[in-house]
Amino acid sequence: MLEIKNLHARVGDKPILKGINLSVGEGEIHAIMGPNGSGKSTLSSVLAGHTDYEVTDGEVIYQGENLLEMEPEERARAGIFLSFQYPVEVPGVKNIYLLKSALNAKRAHQGLDEINPVEFLKLVREKLALMKMDEAFLHRNINEGFSGGEKKRNEILQMQLLEPTLGLLDETDSGLDVDALRIVGEGINHLRAENRSFVMVTHYQRLLDHVKPDYVHVLAGGQIRASGDFTLAQRLEKEGYEGLLAEA
Amino acid sequence: MSSTDTKVDDLVDRDYAAGFVTDIESDTFPPGLDESVVRAISAKKGEPEWMTQWRLAAFERWKTMTPPDWAHLNIPPIDYQTISYYSAPKNPDDAPKSLDEVDPKLLETYDKLGIPLLEQQMLAGVAVDAVFDSVSVVTTFKDKLKDAGVIFCPLSEAVHSHPELVKNYLGSVVPVEDNYFACLNSAVFSDGSFVYVPKGVRCPMELSTYFRINEQNTGQFERTLIICEDQAHVSYLEGCTAPMRDENQLHAAVVELVALEDAEIKYSTVQNWYPGDEQGKGGIYNFVTKRAECRGARSKVSWTQLETGSAVTWKYPSCVLIGDDSVGEFYSVAVSSKKQQADTGTKMVHVGKNTRSTIISKGISAQQGQNAYRGLVRMGPNAENGRNFTQCDSLLIGDQCGAHTFPYIEAKNPSARVEHEATTSKVSDDQLFYLRQRGISEEDALNMIVNGFCKDVFQKLPMEFAVEAEALLGITLEGAVG
Ligand SMILES: Nc1ncnc2c1ncn2[C@@H]1O[C@H](COP(=O)(O)OP(=O)(O)OP(=O)(O)O)[C@@H](O)[C@H]1O
Ligand SMILES: [Mg+2]
Repeated sequence: MLEIKNLHARVGDKPILKGINLSVGEGEIHAIMGPNGSGKSTLSSVLAGHTDYEVTDGEVIYQGENLLEMEPEERARAGIFLSFQYPVEVPGVKNIYLLKSALNAKRAHQGLDEINPVEFLKLVREKLALMKMDEAFLHRNINEGFSGGEKKRNEILQMQLLEPTLGLLDETDSGLDVDALRIVGEGINHLRAENRSFVMVTHYQRLLDHVKPDYVHVLAGGQIRASGDFTLAQRLEKEGYEGLLAEA
Repeated sequence: MSSTDTKVDDLVDRDYAAGFVTDIESDTFPPGLDESVVRAISAKKGEPEWMTQWRLAAFERWKTMTPPDWAHLNIPPIDYQTISYYSAPKNPDDAPKSLDEVDPKLLETYDKLGIPLLEQQMLAGVAVDAVFDSVSVVTTFKDKLKDAGVIFCPLSEAVHSHPELVKNYLGSVVPVEDNYFACLNSAVFSDGSFVYVPKGVRCPMELSTYFRINEQNTGQFERTLIICEDQAHVSYLEGCTAPMRDENQLHAAVVELVALEDAEIKYSTVQNWYPGDEQGKGGIYNFVTKRAECRGARSKVSWTQLETGSAVTWKYPSCVLIGDDSVGEFYSVAVSSKKQQADTGTKMVHVGKNTRSTIISKGISAQQGQNAYRGLVRMGPNAENGRNFTQCDSLLIGDQCGAHTFPYIEAKNPSARVEHEATTSKVSDDQLFYLRQRGISEEDALNMIVNGFCKDVFQKLPMEFAVEAEALLGITLEGAVG
């Protein structure tokens, strides 16, 4: 589904990604761990098409297409969803309006008509219930005044509605209380499917206890320095990056 | 003649550069302004002697005045002798007869605005056959107003049909000598609306200038006068959504509102004059004096405006709160993109006790647009417990544009309170990226952010105008990102 080959990217003059190789198959869940500043968010941003980052080398093939040539909105419509580490506030624009616009953009891409309002509301309520979110969130401005945990839950709510093919989750677990972590975990599991893959960036094993990854990678200094299965995360928890990377 | 003068000449002389392709045989005065021109305008309209004298007095006064230079605008000097002060189609049959004769670019804009075809024809000044529904619509609408006792007619007609009202009120809110442009308007005004709502009457419908502009094709010196007697209510919409026939010209309008006891006037404007091109060439110079007097106790006036067009905007709709407990409101969205310059704001002059005013101003600058908010809040010595709240927000799109805020506060009564809040924000790449990551196009993402920014003001516009305002903003900012 996703093939990243020798990906190099920089911000301004500063190289951040220095040759990433990663292959994500259909239905797989990959966890990416790594020290602060190692380039995890940069990788998600580059995959989603953020214009601040310049790709200097390498290629990314998504479902047989050259991902790097697509505009951010085209990538989104093609099924890539990024749950942001720091979701931004958009004053004056209601959450429900974003949900509807996003869903309709995707439907238009699929050649479907705009969803009818009654059907839409039913669908959204279903997803809200899943995320145990109050309906009031629909009528608040996008992320404005949301607590850290609420923002993350709101990201997953959007993902539930948009049903992406590839979910990039950047530290969705950070800032969540134990109950919220379980709800978000269940939310992700709910979406698990044969043809849907996830790349989850996280610092802690606790999310991985809820959503068990098929692969765990350690990103450091802009490269993937170690890969393994679930047990790699457990080793990391014990040994820390320094210990683990010294061995590698 | 300096080169800047030549540029202005270009501007004012240019024939249909951005507008209609139809050659209309019109009755146009040669360029120039002197006493004989003022007399000739008055004569064209068959005005009574008192009106002619009023104009002449204004003209005498204007000759002694100089244009204001305090605004945050960069305007080349205007040569008033190169402008023609009267132009009307010789005969109504000269109007374009079908949409085929109208500039396709204009029609494209109408389409984007979602204006129905019939209305497009009216906006474009196409002579609509009497069998069309709209004509009867116009008629029923006139009957309904008449039944309610509301007078709504061109000012030129009111001069004849209601001379006492006109004599009493014309120039009573904006005195002839108020400012350079108002004075010029007083001398040469072409036409405009007259509204009179008698005591206790709630005007049964929103009044709109849509039809008037298109029926009569009024020139660039309009003058509007609205009077609401005790307990009367009216909501008036001024739709300058269509580029006008005579595009590259000076537009110097005057609007006067009078609200007596418990009266309420809501005045909404969606202004979309031709803004000029990317190089800053062409466009309307929009110098407008709009003022309301809340003369009666508990009277209320709200100004709501969306300003998207014009090369230069100089406009400060104001409220003079004379009656005790009277209320003034100003809700504004002003957009400057390309090389547009807007210097706009309001004046709230608190005279009576317990007078209250609210100002919400949203300025949007994109490309090389320059947007200035200029607001005066004056609490007079007798304005016991006067209250003002001002919220002034600027949104910048890109980094070549500018926003400027000039608040002036004068408080002469110790019990009065004036609050001022101001913010400046930028449409951030992260906001755009966030929305685009959800599948929303860049253009739509920008519109979403900008409309969110303007929401407080758009909520004050009548429903159908709010929809139009959003669409208009979208068109105005097309190409502002990327
Ligand atoms: N827009 C930017 N401008 C300047 N530097 C940037 C920018 N984006 C990222 N960086 C730098 O690139 C490096 C990698 O950042 P990134 O956000 O990808 O790290 P991360 O692995 O996600 O870290 P964390 O675990 O703290 O979230 C950091 O040193 C960061 O400061
Ligand atoms: Mg990060």
